[in-house]
Amino acid sequence: MWTLPILLLVVTILLSIPLSRYFAIVMEGSLKVPGFLRWFERRLDSGPQDWKQYTVSLLIFNAMLFIFGFIVLCLQPIAPLNPLGRGILAPSTIFNTVISFMTNTNLQHYSGDQHLSNFSQIFFILPNMFLSASVGFCALTAIIRLFRGERLIGNYFVDMWRVAVYIYLPAALIIGVIFMHEGMPMTYDTQQTVTTLEPGSMGTDDHGQAKPQNIIVGPVAAVIPIKMLGTNGGGFYGMNSAHPLENPTAVSNFVTTFAMMIFPFTLVLMYGRMLQRVRHSVVIYTVMLTMMVGLIAWAVYWDTLSPNPAFTGTAQARDYQIGDASSPGGKHAIAVPAVGSLPVDQHLGNLEGKELRFGTSAGAVFAAITTDVTCGAVNAEHDSLNPIASISPFIGMWLNCVFGGKGVGMINLLLFLIVGVFLAGQMVGRSPEYLGRKVGAREMKLAMIALLVHPIMILGPAGLYAATDWGVKAESNPGAHGFSQIVYQYSSASANNGSAFDGLGVTYGFNNNPSPSPEAVPLDIGTGLVMLFSRYLPIIAPIAMAFYLGRKKMAPVSLGTMRDDTATFGFLLLGTIVIIGALLFLPVAALGPLAEHLGPIPFGG
Amino acid sequence: MTAVELPLRTNVAKTHQLFSTSLALGSLKQSFVMLRPDIQWQNPVMFVVEVGAVLTLAFIVRAALGGAGASFSLGYFVALDVWLWLTVLFANFATAFAEERGRAQAAFLRRTRVSTPACRLRADGTKEEVSSVQLRPGDRVVVAAGEVIPGDGEVIDGVASVDESAITGESAPVIREAGGDRSGVTGGTMVMSDQIVIRVVAGYGESFLDRMIALVEGAVRQRTPNEIALTLVLTAFSLIFLIVVIPLWPMAFNAEQYMTSYLGLSAPLTSLGTDVPTLVALLVCLIPTTIGALLAAIGIAGMDRALRANIIAKSGQAVETAGDVDTVLLDKTGTITLGARLASEFLPLQGVHVRDLMTAAALASVADRTPEGQSIVAIALRSGVPDAVKTAPEHAKFIEFSAQTRMSGIDFADGRRIRKGAPDAVAAYLHALGTPTPTDVDNLIAKAAAEGATPLVVADGTRALGVVVLKDTLKPNIETRIAQMRRMGLRTVMITGDNRLTAATIARRAGVDDFLPEATPEAKLAFLRQEQTDGKLVAMMGDGTNDAPALAQADVGLAMNAGTQAAKEAGNMVDLDSDPTKLIEVVAIGKELLMTRGALTTFSIANDVAKYFAIIPALFAGTLPWLKAIDVMHLHSPTSAILSAVIFNAIIIPLLIPVALKGVRYRPMGADALLRRNLLVWGLGGVIVPFVGIKLIDMIMVTLHLVA
Repeated sequence: MWTLPILLLVVTILLSIPLSRYFAIVMEGSLKVPGFLRWFERRLDSGPQDWKQYTVSLLIFNAMLFIFGFIVLCLQPIAPLNPLGRGILAPSTIFNTVISFMTNTNLQHYSGDQHLSNFSQIFFILPNMFLSASVGFCALTAIIRLFRGERLIGNYFVDMWRVAVYIYLPAALIIGVIFMHEGMPMTYDTQQTVTTLEPGSMGTDDHGQAKPQNIIVGPVAAVIPIKMLGTNGGGFYGMNSAHPLENPTAVSNFVTTFAMMIFPFTLVLMYGRMLQRVRHSVVIYTVMLTMMVGLIAWAVYWDTLSPNPAFTGTAQARDYQIGDASSPGGKHAIAVPAVGSLPVDQHLGNLEGKELRFGTSAGAVFAAITTDVTCGAVNAEHDSLNPIASISPFIGMWLNCVFGGKGVGMINLLLFLIVGVFLAGQMVGRSPEYLGRKVGAREMKLAMIALLVHPIMILGPAGLYAATDWGVKAESNPGAHGFSQIVYQYSSASANNGSAFDGLGVTYGFNNNPSPSPEAVPLDIGTGLVMLFSRYLPIIAPIAMAFYLGRKKMAPVSLGTMRDDTATFGFLLLGTIVIIGALLFLPVAALGPLAEHLGPIPFGG
Repeated sequence: MTAVELPLRTNVAKTHQLFSTSLALGSLKQSFVMLRPDIQWQNPVMFVVEVGAVLTLAFIVRAALGGAGASFSLGYFVALDVWLWLTVLFANFATAFAEERGRAQAAFLRRTRVSTPACRLRADGTKEEVSSVQLRPGDRVVVAAGEVIPGDGEVIDGVASVDESAITGESAPVIREAGGDRSGVTGGTMVMSDQIVIRVVAGYGESFLDRMIALVEGAVRQRTPNEIALTLVLTAFSLIFLIVVIPLWPMAFNAEQYMTSYLGLSAPLTSLGTDVPTLVALLVCLIPTTIGALLAAIGIAGMDRALRANIIAKSGQAVETAGDVDTVLLDKTGTITLGARLASEFLPLQGVHVRDLMTAAALASVADRTPEGQSIVAIALRSGVPDAVKTAPEHAKFIEFSAQTRMSGIDFADGRRIRKGAPDAVAAYLHALGTPTPTDVDNLIAKAAAEGATPLVVADGTRALGVVVLKDTLKPNIETRIAQMRRMGLRTVMITGDNRLTAATIARRAGVDDFLPEATPEAKLAFLRQEQTDGKLVAMMGDGTNDAPALAQADVGLAMNAGTQAAKEAGNMVDLDSDPTKLIEVVAIGKELLMTRGALTTFSIANDVAKYFAIIPALFAGTLPWLKAIDVMHLHSPTSAILSAVIFNAIIIPLLIPVALKGVRYRPMGADALLRRNLLVWGLGGVIVPFVGIKLIDMIMVTLHLVA
């Protein structure tokens, strides 16, 4: 039960320490690499850049990625490696998917095994996963260098090369070999036809013969390591990490979960090493870890250790009165009768939507972690989590800094940190300062802009879609649960997470699909735009903030300076994140998961 | 180190009541005036509240005229709107009250600035009687004993004792004299003795103090960078909560729709979640109204507190910067040590009785009126030398100390001569008499110098008797004050013209962190710049014209009012008491200002958590009644819950006005301990207090049958 999460955390923490040293060496450019790699590096080096040039390079690179992605997906019907003749996706889905993989979100409004050819998997999915994951990494590196007071902060393209080639590539190779050993397919073939063990399970043909099963395969082991390492989360198969070929064994599940955690963990320590403030980064690390432990424990407790409330019924009858103009007396009574529990053995907790091959707590643990680190891969149905347990993945995405995505999670935390330092830091009787530099109006303006984007992009569209057919018609369940589905979709898009609650009809499919989900197009476009805005503004504004902060004079530490490497500071940071997070998202939490949890059964379920 | 804790405030000369009826009435009137949108706009957070209040008012009018939308009792909306207006008024009152208090304080100073007759010197030296109003910079005026000095100026001729109690509250008169660093006089003060000629440096109403009083009055009050940044953050928070509240309408609408269909009702359900005035109330509760209301008051009160300590800050920023100071430059003389060196030891030569040395030294000093000489006599008497030395023997001739001879002494009628003076001067004197100085004397001199003291050699006739050691005397309690500065995180640096050895000794005794010996004004400035290059903020105090460049360069330059005009112009604060240890107070006031702002901001944001627990269940009581489970306060009804939250949000403002004005007390305890303490009090307290407060208000309203 608790063995899996504890083992995962311990292994990740232990490995993140030496890895952070390696990362720092790579990003400082002091890694000794073979001559031919150095040669490539030199070709890419367009010279040292200041923060504006670096940011513009980042944006241009992403724009190129967008164009490239659009072209590859449009070429799918005529490109090679497409023996199954997959057609072109709906334009809105292409728009959504290209943004999704460019922004490291990997929200999938399509099903990889159903809608993509191996050409698209290899030339669109795979490079995007490497490159989009490197972008946040580079942004964090830029911020570190700016905080150090450097005016020229290195070259964006060289940094991209270093991250992708010296960090992701070797790590993905190692993980990929483990996955292949565990049974993950790695082939150019597209499908295998097999005879099912149970004859006729796929139906019978005209001659009464049992049909064989067609199993989609492909270069899965190439895609999946970077899907996890880069906290991308875009699965080869629609069922993602719950699919037996994408996550064959309990061992692969462990490695999969570990792979998505390791880099976000490591980056926090890299931040400290590169700034030579290791103790400070350890405090941040501890704060993040505390939140993650809390969220994992919450999910496991309420899902793995609690029964599914739909089967347990309600022990006591309850009565509620609500105002209703049409009822006599203006009041309408809602009686919630006592419902006996169903004869279901629930000692293993809520088993709905779980992949039990990995163990009973694997689904809940994965759900919490994948949302904390903005991976977005799933190995269980989040839609089927107990309502109260589903708050854990929600919070992970809302805070978006419980380690968070690589680089961006740390950047998001810096925003909370700056706000916390600014609000509470004055309580030591000095102007607020971070890293010895005074935080002024301009830095705060940029931090607040970046901080504003996330709630706007979640609450705005969620409100709009909840009140219109765009959302309501797409829900698989009416009521509070359907509301959760909408909020989840936008939380996932805005956090650049990419996991789905599921249940929301978001798939249009191929362009010639005669009966697509009715609201797929508005959802494609809505989430696409949200992913776009929530990705770049919260990267650009903090880089600018770091520039303005970094060029200020650094004051020496004295007894009167607020220390940023103490437990007190940790509590300050934790308090800021929890309070601001709660203030932003408590209402939607109440309307979605809480209302569903507290309401009668069946209600919205 | 002694454990004595000195109060940070040594002299609050003028104790004012925090609250007085006339102040309150004036502020009350002003709070209504400030409702004018163009004035209210300057406080964006409260402007949002005002807009909300107007919106609610419009809604009530529409409902009262029989329009749609009044699904709840009109009384609820009226009560809501009244409290929204009260919130704005409370905020305006806080600002107005702080301003009024500052104005009262300034008026107190201004009382000294009335028109007085003045005796102006014409170019040819003749006198003319004019009013002080007519004085122009450059005019020379004569002020005799008993007359009021007509304007700010510098003494260019004469010495006088001046009663400055009108501006400092200190009754003992001070000496002001031409030349030197004690030449500045302030208009409105009174000459007690003698007559001085003053060159006026500022016209009527434009004097330094006049300009500063104007600043204090708030007429030209500028927001400090920290205040601007905080206003920006508060505005951003208001925006964030607008983003939270606006989508609640469609979300609540969604809940109404599906619940209507879930329950199979014929008419659509309505909840407070789609009621605009209620959403306005939620918004007002969430946006940081508490700190938004008190922000201006905190800033004004900071300057006001400085003024109460008799410090006039040229800007609020100067006070704020004081809180950030890292290094404090302290002049040795007058700040760390008493002005003069005093006798501490008598070291006789081999074969000389200490009593004889003392007697001789005392006799040589009887006519010496300098503190050094007097201290020799005093110690000698205390050690049992007969009183007879006090009265000068007949026919004896006193030799005064002069810069040429660097000796003083006495010539008796019988030809006995006693001399005391600088070692080399006495050696030359003895050498002239044909006696070599004994080597023992050199040893004693070296010993005294090694301790940083000044040796004086005493000779009786041709015989050297021994050495009198003069030492710098530390001011009482200065070690404690310096230790206190260290606990405040300040680095103390002593500035002195002494040589390194002497400086090191005093520095060690006083406990300062560092010292700058043999300091010239240039060296002082260079040192200051070096500290600033290292990223430190430096505070210093000065009075002389040669301090002016350093005062201007320092981040906090505190000029003494008694100092020269140049020094006062260069610094960014003026200490009316001319007390060199005031820097501690200045730093503490700056820190309190920042702390108060941080504490109330944290409190304001932390308050919101409880309000959510009151309001969210209330908003959806009409659609999702089971959300009542998260109402941990068990409030009476949805409308009472919302009203309680709004009322709490409003009355916390006047309740915190005293905190804003008095400031959160600064304790020199190190930043981490301070942060921990304040986080507990204002952060955790901010989370807990409203739970209690809202529940109380709800209970009171239920008891009084004010809510349905």
